[in-house]
Amino acid sequence: MRLGRQRSILAGGAILTVIVTIALFAPLLGTVNPAQIDPVARNRRPGAERVVRGSDGTETRGMYRMGTDSLGRDIYSRVLYGARVSLIVGVTVALVSAAIGLVIGVLAGYLRWLDGLVMRIMDGLMSIPAILLAIGLVSLSRAGLRTVILAIVIPEVPRVVRLVRSVVLSIREEPYVEAAVALGARTPMLLMRHVLPNTMAPLVVQATFGCAAAILGEAILSFLGVGIPPETPTWGNIMAEGRALFRILPHNILFPGVFLAVTVLAVNMLGDGLRDTLDPRLRQKL
Amino acid sequence: MLGYVVRRVLATIPVMAVVAVVVFLLLRLTSGDPAAIIAGDNATSQDVEAIRTQLGLDRPIVQQFGIWIGNVLRGDFGESFFFKKTVAELIKERLEPTLALSVCTIVLAVLVAIPLGVLAAWKRGTWIDRVVMGFSVLGFSVPVFVTGYVLIYFFAIQLSWLPVQGYQHLQEGFGGFIERLILPSVTLAVIYVALIARITRTSVLEVINADYVRTARAKGLPELPVLLRHVLRNAAVPIVTVIGLGVALLIGGVVVTESVYAIPGLGRLTVDAVLARDYPTVQAVILLFSVVYVLINLLVDLTYTVLDPRIRY
Repeated sequence: MRLGRQRSILAGGAILTVIVTIALFAPLLGTVNPAQIDPVARNRRPGAERVVRGSDGTETRGMYRMGTDSLGRDIYSRVLYGARVSLIVGVTVALVSAAIGLVIGVLAGYLRWLDGLVMRIMDGLMSIPAILLAIGLVSLSRAGLRTVILAIVIPEVPRVVRLVRSVVLSIREEPYVEAAVALGARTPMLLMRHVLPNTMAPLVVQATFGCAAAILGEAILSFLGVGIPPETPTWGNIMAEGRALFRILPHNILFPGVFLAVTVLAVNMLGDGLRDTLDPRLRQKL
Repeated sequence: MLGYVVRRVLATIPVMAVVAVVVFLLLRLTSGDPAAIIAGDNATSQDVEAIRTQLGLDRPIVQQFGIWIGNVLRGDFGESFFFKKTVAELIKERLEPTLALSVCTIVLAVLVAIPLGVLAAWKRGTWIDRVVMGFSVLGFSVPVFVTGYVLIYFFAIQLSWLPVQGYQHLQEGFGGFIERLILPSVTLAVIYVALIARITRTSVLEVINADYVRTARAKGLPELPVLLRHVLRNAAVPIVTVIGLGVALLIGGVVVTESVYAIPGLGRLTVDAVLARDYPTVQAVILLFSVVYVLINLLVDLTYTVLDPRIRY
């Protein structure tokens, strides 16, 4: 069992390291400008030869490793650069929702008069299916990275709040907290010293799962055409672009699809492993 | 018991109220004047003013909410300003495909996932268990649209067994109806199966070593009745709970699946409405889906006492 959880952290971590490396070094990995439109080289199959004519008449030969889309953009370059958007969205959503959720959750768990109101609002927000709420939110303003991140953070926050609150409620009853109260510890100090450290393990695990959900969510929004503007290379956008010609050129969907699935799988594996290692009791909750 | 039912039903009221406020605010938070958006690009300032008065947008926001919620409760979601008909009509037209797809998916998912979960728990630690759990993790990670296109590629394009896309109404013939539902339902069921199989395994594992299970075996009952009548019956509450909670995932999946398979349902309508900035329709569909979700989970909670007579309220 112990070996199992370590294996899942190691495997997830290893895959993620590869994806992060790809995202960081995308310009050095034989890519071209991912937004470069080339009307001559439209709808090429993977492995097709690429000829680039320089201004001085010289020809450089290369290959469209993953083919091109209907605007002649290089799929390989777009997929590699797409990793950047996915990771940025995943990490930002995880951090922001964890931070907001932590503050609201601790307050709700500690200030009894606030609890009822806050939790009713959170229950209400959680009753709107996450994707729908996100779709509704992106429709409010112009599509873009910030809007998409915000639209995914809002449905995610209640999940964090619920978790943090439940941890805070159980910590309150612990004898050492009662002892600290009896010794005259003030609330801020109590929160910092005893409550916050106990929320960390579940928070890290929940944030990891939130990261996976955010990467999927961004891809879904972009795929549906309501996410990040179509010229930006994201996995969802590449797939959305590839829909029309899917019957003849399935690679436009399959390549970004595989990258997306593998990345989400790796983050989920990491989350599973972290959950079992950090706190086996969490299995019931997360 | 009756007291519990009443309390549980009453508890959904604040939840529904928050949902209504959020959905109402969705339109009010737009960066722009709703009246101007509704009036369209060619409207004069008098037109905009007329719409403002007509919709009550010149009144205080609390009063506006009152008017809106009053209309909604009477089934009046306003006029879609893209599809040029009332939103209620629009929803009625699009209901059948979504309902058919969801029902098909739930039935399929339950029929596949529960046996898989029981099997994994029964054979825990073996390769069968690992395959089922591996599939479960994979099912969570592969996006609905990727599964959808892979299935289309193999079963519709390469093998030509099933139609690629589209929807046929039930009254136009059952064969064509079900034929076009198979791939979308399988696509949508994957994540649901992953979720249900996982929880089935966990909750079966919790009871499989209970004394009454040992007694059932000791009195000579064959393994299948033991699993069905003694194990699964006692493991039912968490499984049913997760089937209810999973409806949220299902609804998200419906939106994507209907887009992949070009099914003219409510999910497709949601996306079209967002792209067209058709706010009344967006509001109505989100509200409808959320209410359905809340009601399904209310129903699930109310079945607990039937499933497990030990639960008393």
